[in-house]
Amino acid sequence: MTMQIADSAPLSAPDARARARAAAARNNLRTEPKAVRIAIITLAVLFLSVFVVLPLVLVFAQAFSKGILAYFAALAEPEALAAIKLTLVVAAISVSLNLVFGLVAAWAIAKFEFTGKTFLITLIDLPFSVSPVISGLVFVLLFGAQGYFGGWLRDHDIQILFAVPGIALATTFVTFPFVARALIPLMQEQGTQEEEAAISLGASGLQTFFRVTLPNIKWGVLYGVLLCNARAMGEFGAVSVVSGHIRGETNTMPLLVEILYNEYQFVAAFAIASLLAMLALLTLIAKTILERHLDEGYDVNDH
Amino acid sequence: MTIEVKNLVKKFGSFAALDGVDLKVNDGELLALLGPSGSGKTTLLRIIAGLDWPDSGEVAFNGEDALAQGARERHVGFVFQHYALFRHMSVFENVAFGLRVQPRAIRKDEATIRRRVKELLDLVQLDWLADRYPSQLSGGQRQRIALARALAIEPRILLLDEPFGALDAKVRKELRKWLRSLHHEIHVTSIFVTHDQEEALEVANRVVVMDKGRIEQIGSPDDVYETPATAFVHGFIGESIELPVHVVDGAVRFGERALNLAADGLAPGASKLFVRRHDMLVGPPGSGAFEGAVQHVRNFGPVQRAEVALSGGETIEIDAPRDRELRAGDTIGLRPRRYRIFAG
Repeated sequence: MTMQIADSAPLSAPDARARARAAAARNNLRTEPKAVRIAIITLAVLFLSVFVVLPLVLVFAQAFSKGILAYFAALAEPEALAAIKLTLVVAAISVSLNLVFGLVAAWAIAKFEFTGKTFLITLIDLPFSVSPVISGLVFVLLFGAQGYFGGWLRDHDIQILFAVPGIALATTFVTFPFVARALIPLMQEQGTQEEEAAISLGASGLQTFFRVTLPNIKWGVLYGVLLCNARAMGEFGAVSVVSGHIRGETNTMPLLVEILYNEYQFVAAFAIASLLAMLALLTLIAKTILERHLDEGYDVNDH
Repeated sequence: MTIEVKNLVKKFGSFAALDGVDLKVNDGELLALLGPSGSGKTTLLRIIAGLDWPDSGEVAFNGEDALAQGARERHVGFVFQHYALFRHMSVFENVAFGLRVQPRAIRKDEATIRRRVKELLDLVQLDWLADRYPSQLSGGQRQRIALARALAIEPRILLLDEPFGALDAKVRKELRKWLRSLHHEIHVTSIFVTHDQEEALEVANRVVVMDKGRIEQIGSPDDVYETPATAFVHGFIGESIELPVHVVDGAVRFGERALNLAADGLAPGASKLFVRRHDMLVGPPGSGAFEGAVQHVRNFGPVQRAEVALSGGETIEIDAPRDRELRAGDTIGLRPRRYRIFAG
């Protein structure tokens, strides 16, 4: 006959209950009472529903309130098509410009040391901290008929204000920080060692950029472009000041939504608004995917 | 390939990273740049590689002015402390990089590149990792891949910046041996930077000891250990006892006590006496140059390390053989078997 080892014997029922209570007590140290938890979660969900989900649903409900045909008819209006086209053109221009500016600024900040660097970093955020209306007004001051370059522009027959260039400029200004902001921390973290390695292995500047730098920051670039694009298409304030609201010519989608709404054309207004809402949803999905990839860009050559 | 550096000066703001450095590296040599952090050793290496530029001075490879060329033209293999592997490329592509970016006119065809990369991966014994990415490798593996990548361009010179600094002690020891045998095999002129004296003494043919942007001593590992040229070298390499002494009328004085040590050729004035811990011989009181009371004794394998309070006021640590057991409270005499005295 062998002796039973005490520890391996099954627990008696009271023992098991005591352990369960102890475990529950431990958990209680870490988490709030059940009632509080439920209250907090309910509050958060309720708030999100009322302030975020409900408006989104209402946009689509209004857009389709006269049926699907009315919806598409509203979108097929020449004025609507012109606004969509203008919005796409302006977004394309400002995103491309900001891609280049953002890359250059991030490169300068992350990879070089120079005086005034801190000032430049602060300056990059200016478009975020200033009201978009003021951003628009700055361009009116510069290029308007009474502005600094107004006379010269009129003499040379160049139209900036109340035309595509003005809208593109204002949008570019307002959306400038996105790409730079996405890239600066990424490039700072990655440092310059890989570039130095590439150059010492005989790569030219361009080869280094396209084979080493760009692949390392591509997810950051896409992330910045995505957010930049979303804001460029949705920008209202700055564009409103410089656009002049010429129907079928200088109205972007957000501007047209306001005009149509003010004219009580609710279906048309919300039909276009629904496009912007869809853009927002797509942006969110893409953003989630990109953020997952973005994490891969960090780490590796550890310190 | 020989490397000749003349009167190199490099300042970062008011800090002189290199303050007039002269150095000649022989063909096929494996040279260590040894010094504490901030001594300028990495800056010197980066200037030789063309990753940094000096404020003044000359760098010549085989007598040719190297400063006239950029890093790209110098054909120097550089191994970074933190590897700097291309994180988005496989191990194979990392090693192939230097071959793929060659100008079209001299670029090898794909089959040749593949064969060459395979050879290099065999050389560093990591051919089985070709398809992995840097993030999937251990530190030691990354460093060997970084070395294979640097060797791919058949560099005229191989430069390694703290190559084993980020690795744990065991891997570091293995890689040290491996680096030495690799150098024996490929025989390319190599310089590596380290702050680890053991590493420098074990791996290099010659050691350059640097401090504060200047070269303190150049010599074989034995030279720098056995006959340190300056107080700094003596203090930096090996475990040294450092005592303030005075040279007066051809005699060495420690506080009030005249030491029975030769002072030939020493300038009078405040000086420093350096003795290796194991060169301080223990005898009965009154027998040596110093007297002291043993405070603590700890045993380290074959030696006992004793903390001794000297009668002149300083407390020193000595390593004595175990044949005569020391005990706390003993009064002993100490005689330096070998010592050096430096002015200042």
